[in-house]
Amino acid sequence: MKVALAINLITAGLLLLSFFKSSRKTLIALKMSLQKGANLMPWMIGIIVLIGMMLSFVPEQTVERYLGGEMTLIQVGGAALLGTITMIPSLIAVPLAGSLIEAGASYTTIAAFLTTLIMVGFVTLPLEIKELGIKITFWRNLLAFIFAIIIAGMIGVLM
Amino acid sequence: MKQESIAGNLKKLAIFLALTAVILILMRYLFPEQSALSLEVMRDYSKEVALIFPPVLVLMGLADVWIPEDMVKQYLGKTSGWRGILLSLFLGTLPTGPLFIAFPIASEMLKKGARIANVVVFLGAWASLKMPQIGVEIQFLGLEFAFYRAGLTFIAVICIALITDKLLKRSEISWGKILKE
Repeated sequence: MKVALAINLITAGLLLLSFFKSSRKTLIALKMSLQKGANLMPWMIGIIVLIGMMLSFVPEQTVERYLGGEMTLIQVGGAALLGTITMIPSLIAVPLAGSLIEAGASYTTIAAFLTTLIMVGFVTLPLEIKELGIKITFWRNLLAFIFAIIIAGMIGVLM
Repeated sequence: MKQESIAGNLKKLAIFLALTAVILILMRYLFPEQSALSLEVMRDYSKEVALIFPPVLVLMGLADVWIPEDMVKQYLGKTSGWRGILLSLFLGTLPTGPLFIAFPIASEMLKKGARIANVVVFLGAWASLKMPQIGVEIQFLGLEFAFYRAGLTFIAVICIALITDKLLKRSEISWGKILKE
C-alpha cells in the first residue's frame, strides 16, 4: 500500500512538473493515457473476474490435497501445473504454503507451486499475447515453467 | 479517428461491465458459498489495480512524450549489455501490483527499442523479486526458503531472459501492434 501511495505521489509530482514545462505535451500524454486505459480496462476487469472465479472453483482443500503429503516426481509436476493454471494472490498462497509445510509437505513441492504461481500466468496469457506477441509470451512462460521445476529441485537439495 | 477509438472502447467497456455483472449475479445465485470467496479476492485485486493502474497509465503517457526513443535505445537497447539487464531488474522491483499491469509497460519498452532480454528481465523481476513478496515468504516459510527461492529465481530470471533473447530475433515479433520494425 505504501509503495502504491508513493507511486501515486511521484506520478502526481511528475505530472505537475510536466505541465509547467509544456502543457501541450502533457495534454498529449494524458490523452494517450486515457486511450490506453480505455483499451486495457476490459482486459483488467476480465482477468480479475476470472481470477476470482477460478479461486472459488479451486478451493484450498484441492490445493491441500495436491500439495500435501509425501513428495513424488508426479506431485512436483502437479504442483507446478497447479501454480501455472491458478492465480492466487501471494497473501493467500504463501500462508497456505506455510501451513502445508507444517503439515508435512515438502519444500520442493511448495517451491514448484509458488514459483510457477508468480512467474507463469495462464489466465493472463491473452493479454500477454496481445501486448508482447505470441513468441515472447510462449518462450517466457515455457522457460519460467522449466526453471520453476529446476528451482524446486535445487531447493529440495539445499534444504 | 482517435476520439472514435476512445468512444468505441468505452462502448466495449460498458458491454463488458454489464456482462461481468450478469456473471457475478448468476454466480452469487448458483454458488453462494464460492461466490463469497471470489468476491473477496476480486475486491482485493480490484483495489490493487485501481490504486496502481491509473498512475502507471499516466507515467506511460508522460514517458511517451518526454523520454526520447534514443535514450531508451541507449540504456535498454541491443547494446546496453549487463548495464541494461541490471537497470531492467531494478525497474521491475520498484513498483507494486500484479504482473498483468506490467505487460502494457513491457510492450511500450519493446516498441521504443528495448532489448527483448531486458523486457523479459523486467517482467521476471516484477513478478517474483519484490520486497513485500519476499517479506511474506520469510514470515510464513522461513528465511532460508525465502533466501534460496529469491536467489535462485534471480538467476533464473536472467537465464530466461537471455535464452528468450537468443531464440527470438526482433523481426520475428510480428504480432498485433508490434509490427513497427
